[in-house]
Amino acid sequence: MPNRLELSGITKQFPGVLANDNVSFSVKPGEIHALLGENGAGKSTLVKMIYGIMQPDAGEIRWNGQPVVVQNPKAARRLGIGMVFQHFSLFEAMTVLENIALGMDAKIPARELEAKIRQVMQTYGLALDPHRTVATLSVGERQRIEIVRALLLNPKLLIMDEPTSVLTPQEVEQLFTVLRQLASEGCSILYISHKLYEIKALCDTATILRGGKLVDTCDPKQETSRSMAEKMIGTNLKDIVKPEGRSFGPAKLVVSKLTTKKAGHFDVPVNGVSFTVRSGEILGIAGVAGNGQNALLDALSGELRGDDANAITIDGKGVGLLDTNGRREQGLCAVPEERNGHAAVGDFTLADNSVLTARERMGMVGSGLIKTSVAKLYTDKIIADFSVKALGPQSLAGSLSGGNLQKYIMGREILQKPGVLVVSQPTWGVDAGAAAAIHQALVDLALAGSAIVVISQDLDELRALADTLAVINMGQLSEARPVQDFSVEEIGLLMGGIHGTEAA
Amino acid sequence: MQIRLEKRLEPSKAMLYLTPIGAVLVTAIVGMIVFSLIGYDGIGAVREIFLTPILNPLKWQDLAVKSAPLIIIAVGLSIGYRANVWNIGAEGQYVVGALFGTAVALVTRDMSGPWILPLMIVSGMIGGMLWASVPALLKTRLQVNEILTSLMLTYVAIQILNYVVIGPWKDPMGFGFPQTRMFTDSQLLPRFIPGTTVHWGVPIAAIVALLVWFLMSRSVFGFQIKVVGAAPSAARYGGFSVNKTIWLALLCSGGLAGLAGVLEATGPFGRLIQSFPTNYGFTAIIVAFLGRLHPIGIVFAGLAMAICVVGGEVAQTTIKLPVAAVGIFQAMMLFFLLASDVLVRYRLRVVSRGDVEVAR
Repeated sequence: MPNRLELSGITKQFPGVLANDNVSFSVKPGEIHALLGENGAGKSTLVKMIYGIMQPDAGEIRWNGQPVVVQNPKAARRLGIGMVFQHFSLFEAMTVLENIALGMDAKIPARELEAKIRQVMQTYGLALDPHRTVATLSVGERQRIEIVRALLLNPKLLIMDEPTSVLTPQEVEQLFTVLRQLASEGCSILYISHKLYEIKALCDTATILRGGKLVDTCDPKQETSRSMAEKMIGTNLKDIVKPEGRSFGPAKLVVSKLTTKKAGHFDVPVNGVSFTVRSGEILGIAGVAGNGQNALLDALSGELRGDDANAITIDGKGVGLLDTNGRREQGLCAVPEERNGHAAVGDFTLADNSVLTARERMGMVGSGLIKTSVAKLYTDKIIADFSVKALGPQSLAGSLSGGNLQKYIMGREILQKPGVLVVSQPTWGVDAGAAAAIHQALVDLALAGSAIVVISQDLDELRALADTLAVINMGQLSEARPVQDFSVEEIGLLMGGIHGTEAA
Repeated sequence: MQIRLEKRLEPSKAMLYLTPIGAVLVTAIVGMIVFSLIGYDGIGAVREIFLTPILNPLKWQDLAVKSAPLIIIAVGLSIGYRANVWNIGAEGQYVVGALFGTAVALVTRDMSGPWILPLMIVSGMIGGMLWASVPALLKTRLQVNEILTSLMLTYVAIQILNYVVIGPWKDPMGFGFPQTRMFTDSQLLPRFIPGTTVHWGVPIAAIVALLVWFLMSRSVFGFQIKVVGAAPSAARYGGFSVNKTIWLALLCSGGLAGLAGVLEATGPFGRLIQSFPTNYGFTAIIVAFLGRLHPIGIVFAGLAMAICVVGGEVAQTTIKLPVAAVGIFQAMMLFFLLASDVLVRYRLRVVSRGDVEVAR
């Protein structure tokens, strides 16, 4: 039997970067094939060429043994290639059925389509009501829509781009069951992820890219997570250096009965959240996306101001009424989840983005004017200390890859030496090497005496990083306990909404 | 074969500067064709509108005088537009500026002294700000779109002007003409270059452009305006109030429109008349965009637009082009500029047609 997909000598050049350099590998029918690599390694570019969004400059794509040119995604779908993107393209106010109908190439009557959807869902055990409005669905359920949409076309190759980054452990297990069933029916799966243990659990083969070149094609079951990570980044992986059993200082950040108002139709406010973070402590807040994390971060950073000064105190001082600037002055820095347009302005240079949040603490303004040279020096320091891949302080933030921009943003806040740092999804979509660097920087900041809050959906990250852990669900926060007292199952249950300490 | 738009990695700097020039050229070419087709001397029209004002030194002072208010208003508007605050009502703020200045003139008509003219100018700026503060209040308090309110207030301002020049402020010695008294010597804007029509408004326009350029590029105020325009969430995160920025933007653009109004009233007009509004406030919107919302670019765009205005007047007498022709040329300029803006962020690529082709 010929290979389902075979790439030979695929090369793609962008201005200034060789995104793919002579990449060749093949995917057999029914194989689950992992595509591994750091950000900027060329995974997305490669997948975009397979799915017809871009054309390779050189090289050949063979489909079932036949050389093909995939002109556009529609052509890819016609060949039998389906793709589930990392970011869903769904209309929140429409139903599941309407969303799927909108994405179909062929016009199919609604009733016929619904029957087909129900059939696909039954075959693969995907529970979903076609008449529910998307806004009422969890992230895992939304992903199922995208999967059903792809499966309706009977794909022979399904591309999954970082599918588990927003799922609970239980949802990940359900997804794997579906993927394994698909593979057993002969559908090949190209699985892009950073999470190495998932790849070990799911995939038959792994192709590792680094700097646009193919480094290795290996059997993940024969490798350790560490050995694959090291192939990905090209050097030895550093562990988080975190002294065991250290003691914490006095309470720095105290939050008591913090409540926000519902801002919009799809907003989840926080309700009566209380916790304490001591000097030197890292508090992890786990939870599935859309359970009030955004409101919590905005309320802590000062973007949302409450009416009780003492709902949030730093070193005993009430800051609940201050805006972001006032709170920064008191030593509280924050990093929101969304990088582009919130934590940074894509159309601005990195130096200007430093002015955005560091101007007061780092002395970049005097008598109403911006000291550009100070901003540039500070930006240079961020680029050097956090090994940000950028041409310099004058690069546009929007021209950096996601991981590099995140390293820059984390560096910008950490180098201000805040007494309290609140971060949301510090390593979302960031590769292993950069994630390790960010984790270490957070630990070092804690060791220097800062209190840190990490809001994340990545349980591995929280278990490695946090000293204490709490779970947020529907705007309410569970009691914080030492992280080693939690089992993965218990966190999963708390994330799913079963509250109370008796679950332990 | 088909043409496809491909996103550029970074916005093209070259296109940023080339498209305004291209827009002017395409306007001239299309204008030539259109006016030839409807029976005018198309080549002559383009020559008179775009070339005569530059080639004839007698027209240069006209260019300076016409471009000054355009530049002052457009520089003010550009501050707002950078912050995504769309003040369309500069014409109204311009008229109210002149009204406030004139009010001071009428009160001080029996007095003299060097303080009168500065007082009129400051009153004019306050008038413009006051008129712009209405949309600001409605926008920040009730989320009413400032495009609608600022535009509608323009017509209110013009009606007030009509009322005062026909009614309470009419010159008693003016044989019933709808106009106020002539301003006194202490109230008139002196000439900057004696023996010409070039008044002090011209150097003031240059100073305003330089000052705003400095503020926008170097100050925290300029940074605030730009960050609110580019990403409101990031602005809030950076500690800038979006509502405060809306106020600042509207007050700046209103104040500068008011300044332009009072300078026109005390300069070329010397009194307030019913035909005082000459669409400078609307034309300045085109100037702001043609100048890429950059104060120095706006100086050049203001000159280009003045050429078009002065040339239009020439063409009316020499080749009997209708008054509306100038409006058509200005509108085309804005249209072509906005249309070609896509090239700043995208590049054109010609791709061959066909879907899936099996190679060889």
